[in-house]
Amino acid sequence: MSTIAEVQTRIMSKDKEAKAVRRYTADLSAVGEPALWGFGGALALGIILICGFLLAIFWNGITTFWPKPIEIVTLANGQMVAGEPSRENLYRPEGAFLASLSDAVKADIERNDGYAERTLYRIGNYDLYNEDFRWVNAFDVQKVERDPAFYYLERQEWGPFIGRIKSVVVDGVEQSPEALGLEGIRKEQQAARERFAEIRRIERSDIGVINHEINQIRLELRRIELAEGLESAAYRSAQADAELRLAELQGDFDRLQGQANDIKAKDARYRIVLEDVNGTTKDTQLSQIVRFYPANELSVFEKVGVYFSRWGEFLSTEPREANTEGGILPAIFGTVVMTLLMVVVVAPFGVITALYLREYAKQGKLVAMVRIAVNNLAGVPSIVYGVFGLGFFAYTVGGSIDALFFPERLPNPTFGTGGILWSALTLALLTVPVVIVAAEEALSSVPRSIREGSLACGASKWQTIRSVVLPHAMPGIMTGLILAMARGAGEVAPLMLVGVVKLAPELPVDGFFPYIHLERSFMHLGFHIFDVGFQSRNSEAGKPMVFVTTLLLLALIVLMNSSAIYIRNRLKKKFAGSQF
Amino acid sequence: MTTATREAPAAQVKESSTHSTVYHVAESGLGAAISIRDFNLFYGESQALYNVNMEMQRGMVTALIGPSGCGKSTLLRSLNRMNDLIDNLSIKGKVVVHDNDIYAPGVDVIALRKRMGMVFQKPNPFPKSIFENVVYPLRVEGISDKAMLEEACERALKGSALWNEVKDRLNESALGLSGGQQQRLCIARAIAAEPEILLMDEPCSALDPIATAKVEELITELRGQFTIVIVTHSMQQAARVSDNTAFMYLGKLIEYGATDTIFTVPKDRRTEDYITGRFG
Ligand SMILES: Nc1ncnc2c1ncn2[C@@H]1O[C@H](COP(=O)(O)OP(=O)(O)OP(=O)(O)O)[C@@H](O)[C@H]1O
Ligand SMILES: [Mg+2]
Repeated sequence: MSTIAEVQTRIMSKDKEAKAVRRYTADLSAVGEPALWGFGGALALGIILICGFLLAIFWNGITTFWPKPIEIVTLANGQMVAGEPSRENLYRPEGAFLASLSDAVKADIERNDGYAERTLYRIGNYDLYNEDFRWVNAFDVQKVERDPAFYYLERQEWGPFIGRIKSVVVDGVEQSPEALGLEGIRKEQQAARERFAEIRRIERSDIGVINHEINQIRLELRRIELAEGLESAAYRSAQADAELRLAELQGDFDRLQGQANDIKAKDARYRIVLEDVNGTTKDTQLSQIVRFYPANELSVFEKVGVYFSRWGEFLSTEPREANTEGGILPAIFGTVVMTLLMVVVVAPFGVITALYLREYAKQGKLVAMVRIAVNNLAGVPSIVYGVFGLGFFAYTVGGSIDALFFPERLPNPTFGTGGILWSALTLALLTVPVVIVAAEEALSSVPRSIREGSLACGASKWQTIRSVVLPHAMPGIMTGLILAMARGAGEVAPLMLVGVVKLAPELPVDGFFPYIHLERSFMHLGFHIFDVGFQSRNSEAGKPMVFVTTLLLLALIVLMNSSAIYIRNRLKKKFAGSQF
Repeated sequence: MTTATREAPAAQVKESSTHSTVYHVAESGLGAAISIRDFNLFYGESQALYNVNMEMQRGMVTALIGPSGCGKSTLLRSLNRMNDLIDNLSIKGKVVVHDNDIYAPGVDVIALRKRMGMVFQKPNPFPKSIFENVVYPLRVEGISDKAMLEEACERALKGSALWNEVKDRLNESALGLSGGQQQRLCIARAIAAEPEILLMDEPCSALDPIATAKVEELITELRGQFTIVIVTHSMQQAARVSDNTAFMYLGKLIEYGATDTIFTVPKDRRTEDYITGRFG
């Protein structure tokens, strides 16, 4: 038995020993606190980049259609410039230009470390100036005014006109704009636009139907010729029938053409004479004016009106002026149809593959290799898929389809060239690895106990998969589809090879049999951005459209994804348990 | 009839022929529903069952008891070939169900399983509504007559003492039920198609005493119509519901006989130790 004192000394000496050998506080590197700054910093940087990016697109996109005032600038040399100020920057005048400046200006530039200020004006009137935008040096400016008599007129062709309205010709009678008043001009313009729409309707729809039928008759005749030969009785009788019908159609065509011409003749008697800031006049048909407003006279209320009317036009009409003006309806339509088509193809294909790999195939070296190959497919550059799609789908498969089913149209290809179907298939190929991987993951996470439960009830393997395994894996599969959809909707490069075009007046869905035309080429928002931003006559003019289109593409992807996520969450809720 | 040797040592059983090992069991007079002969089972290299020989009387309740990991579930799952799903599994010996060797080549496993209901150790409801869960065995048989399904559903749920709790929410997801309710749902599913044989792997381990009593009541009710094999860790339960009890230890069948005998005069020391709680 030891005394208390003995015990105490023993404990104390043990403590000392412990202190010498072990430290009971964790050192800094073990806690990981310093690394936390790194983690947090990386996250913050990522968030800032993404938010900044989204904000830039959102702000630029949302403000594009807001009407801006028109400034009339008088330059030092007496020239006048009228336009919307679009942006300002600092630049460094150089060489001969710098030498040609006056001494006072040179001294000013010197004081600013060689920089000068300038403003970019959208001056419009491309038909008069051969440019849409003009830089104005701050040192050149003598006077800036906002003249209420200046109008911003959006035209069917040639882009906007910025200037005064000199006179308006109503039914051949010239009238002064003051006499008519803004309301009067607007009424005439609206009437003119209606005539314009009417002409378009007759030429596009009504005559379009006739043209379609004429084309069908020609093709039918050619088909008979190919099958029976030129000398056959069948061909002769068909030809006689066709001629009768064609004569009939020609009559219809002439009648409609006459109608259109009548309206056109009437339309020509309504004109508007415009005058730019330097007094050059321009006489155009009133029906060419899409929209006009006195930019410096607008109340906030009227500005909102212009803003929404521009959005309306943007979302619901076809593009004009090399895509830099007008709407993008065909591109929205093409993107949505193509993406949905892709999902329809990729979903069963990916799920069936995953089912085989996970449920039926014997898990061995071969399956492991297939799995690795599938995963690596996701890393192939998308343009390669485009090349494959063009070579295999369009030329090989499409070419054979043409030879078999549409010989009468050759040498014009039907399926044998890029089209929305081939684009959807190419993108399906591109995104199928994502779906396979996600679906396999989802299938393998189905607990074995549930499969056993089903099998013990006497269900076959297929019954088990269909009624227990697939429902259980559905939310996971949906996640894969959502990822695939987002990837597919934003992909552009391969599409440029297999069916996207700059301008496709015919939508892939219309009123002509068989209503869905999967062989047609189509417009796509992603390609539209590329085209407007980098391929148009004036990239400065296209810039706002780039932002708006990007905004729209993002909105579209968000919309499609959130509806898919909504469906997935409903599924999940259905299967979610309260079990812990 | 010969008697089982007192010690029932594994070596001796292994050498004796299958049919010589006969235990004193309570008999129903209907013969054996299941007879297991010289049954060995291997998970890859490791052997989980050693030379099991037993017969389960038709229309009676047979309890399997034994310490954790002794192979009760393995044996039970061998009876409806549930073990087929496991890779690397090999077996030796025979299991005869209603005069058919179920491991013979060409046996219709699906038909076999349709004649047997199974309740698993852990509840495993399907991601479906309560109603669809219960009638699942009928659905896989292709029955779609609404009245018939509804009747079967109600009968099965009443049998598993769940009807009153779920009768108003039959179309809700089964995954929203509590653990005990899920287990009773699985019991309902197992009896819905009225199988001839019911295999239950610790059906009451997740249940409260009231539900347990109800399940035991159900077993007593079903006794006579169904052949029931139940794995349980509760000695009292085995004593209450079963006619015959088998004690397993380390993959071997140590002792098998009428429940009364096993619980009052066990022949083997290990059995005695286990049921008196000295190990296990
Ligand atoms: N899938 C498997 N693969 C390999 N070994 C297994 C497998 N399943 C079970 N075993 C082994 O077989 C033996 C018997 O397991 P079994 O599940 O039959 O025990 P049990 O008697 O049901 O136990 P418990 O009372 O805990 O449920 C154990 O040693 C276990 O580790
Ligand atoms: Mg078990």
